[in-house]
Amino acid sequence: MDYAEAKAKIVEELTKKLKTKSKFYFNDLADILGLKPREAKKLINDMVADGTLEYWSSGSTSMYGLKGTGKQAAAEHEA
Amino acid sequence: MAKHPTPLLDQLESGPWPSFVSDLKELAEHRAKTASKIEYQIPVEVVDDILGLLELTYKDGCTHWKHGGIVGVFGYGGGVIGRYCDQPEKFPGVAHFHTMRVNQPGGKFYKTEYLRQLCDLWDFRGSGITNMHGSTGDIIFLGTTTPQLEEIFYELTHKLNQDLGGSGSNLRTPSDCIGQARCEWACYDTQDLCYQLTMDYQDELHRPAFPYKMKFKFDGCPNCCVASIARADFSFIGTWRDDIKINQEAVQAYIGGELKPNAGEHSGRDWGKFDIQKEVIRLCPTQCMWMEGKKLMIDNKECNRCMHCLNVMPRALRIGDDRGLSILVGAKAPILDGAQMGSLLVPFIKVEPPYDEIKEIIEKIWDWWMEEGKNRERLGELIKRQGFQKLLEVTGIQPDPRHVKEPRSNPYIFWKEEEVEGGWTRDINEFRKHHLR
Ligand code: HEM
Ligand code: HEM
Ligand code: SF4
Ligand code: SF4
Repeated sequence: MDYAEAKAKIVEELTKKLKTKSKFYFNDLADILGLKPREAKKLINDMVADGTLEYWSSGSTSMYGLKGTGKQAAAEHEA
Repeated sequence: MAKHPTPLLDQLESGPWPSFVSDLKELAEHRAKTASKIEYQIPVEVVDDILGLLELTYKDGCTHWKHGGIVGVFGYGGGVIGRYCDQPEKFPGVAHFHTMRVNQPGGKFYKTEYLRQLCDLWDFRGSGITNMHGSTGDIIFLGTTTPQLEEIFYELTHKLNQDLGGSGSNLRTPSDCIGQARCEWACYDTQDLCYQLTMDYQDELHRPAFPYKMKFKFDGCPNCCVASIARADFSFIGTWRDDIKINQEAVQAYIGGELKPNAGEHSGRDWGKFDIQKEVIRLCPTQCMWMEGKKLMIDNKECNRCMHCLNVMPRALRIGDDRGLSILVGAKAPILDGAQMGSLLVPFIKVEPPYDEIKEIIEKIWDWWMEEGKNRERLGELIKRQGFQKLLEVTGIQPDPRHVKEPRSNPYIFWKEEEVEGGWTRDINEFRKHHLR
């Protein structure tokens, strides 16, 4: 799968789910791409690097979301 | 004068022990006094406000921190743990109070000069509150604001040659004992292996793609000074497979009282004359030691290298010469499921740079866990759920009596086709020759 295709898939699926949730586990993203975790990781890293996705973490668990959506963005702007 | 009254916290100063409340008060005062001289980059009252907020937490009986948030600096998915206060108007100094994890040096060796540089940086751009060291091993910087994160990271990496550690669903900062640098019991170079794996697994450390946290800890011997066996997904514990080296003269010197047992560690009180039967031989967990006249004997094939006798008589007993390490997997603290100690996977492996053999085992297990692990499932829980046998399969390790923890309680044996000679398939024509329809 090439990068543009992977990115389109991720953006589409996560946008669809935005109403109910904004943070996803790494494996949810790997499932959307239908790839093994190690193969998905490269693509997902690149999506973070180019600002499509951003990380969120509780401190112990990490999640991914579309940049600027959900809880973290809110917390950053509130302060 | 304290910014917030803290009657509940003040009680914590009344006991005989050093108190973090006193430390924080001292720091708060120091910041207030030096505010005119140092251009503090985050609110001067950060420490006052942490005290005030903690007091309020005690009063309300619930936390005033929101959960989670920002995770790192650009390009990193860990190393920063975002914390935001839910009472920012009352406590503006801790509206942001992010933790930074600084990857501690191997064996936690550093010069005072380096510590001063770290502390100067943190006083200037953070709260000044540190934790040396967190359970992870890292040097913990407690409390700064979002805009300071990149600045601190720049200073750390460009001036102090210092990286951030791990947090979240990634490889946590690998942590090791002081090992061969100071300790005669070290069976391998913990610092070299720890450093090498830290460097080789940078992507795993900084970009979270695991189901949950993943910890490596390196102990040079079974004394387990970094407690790898109790808290690391991978515990690398030094061991040897030949004989304990015995110096019989030194054994006699312990018996005669010329040498102090445990290097004099328990000399604060008079325990009476050293009794080798009572203090060593009868405490050997495998009962593999005895005296033959004046000679101490050890049946080495029964010894499980618990370290007790070596700890008591360090001058008389030494680790063997054929050294390596054991790999145990799956230890964890009780977050989702109960606490677990590590299970022995590799009884003995030589420790030789570039450590390819060790890395091969790690990577096979990662592949399995990344694919099969549920979200927030630690390796130890996956091993429990799918079975130790599955772990042996994915690593290609042959079952060994040393893997056995207890006699089986399940009487059923399920064979797999490849384990059965001839397999499952049969030739139907051949079968019909002997069996009528
Ligand atoms: C009663 C209060 C608290 C309790 C009982 C508590 C307990 C714990 C425990 C058991 C851990 C895991 C330690 C380890 O395995 O390394 C932890 C981690 C942590 N705590 Fe707390 N904590 C408390 C309050 C706080 C507060 C107020 C903050 C910050 C404002 C905080 C920040 C953290 C961070 C950043 C970690 C590390 C997360 C990680 O392992 O990735 N904690 N805490
Ligand atoms: C290697 C050959 C065989 C194996 C592994 C085997 C295995 C079993 C097992 C596991 C059970 C269930 C036991 C239980 O419910 O506690 C069972 C029950 C039974 N087997 Fe076999 N069996 C074999 C051969 C045979 C043969 C050749 C016959 C008859 C010609 C037979 C007749 C029965 C009967 C009647 C029961 C029911 C017993 C009861 O419910 O009390 N088995 N067998
Ligand atoms: S774990 Fe063993 S080798 Fe490492 S410092 Fe402790 S006693 Fe020494
Ligand atoms: S190391 Fe432990 S098991 Fe081995 S001989 Fe000494 S006391 Fe016994």
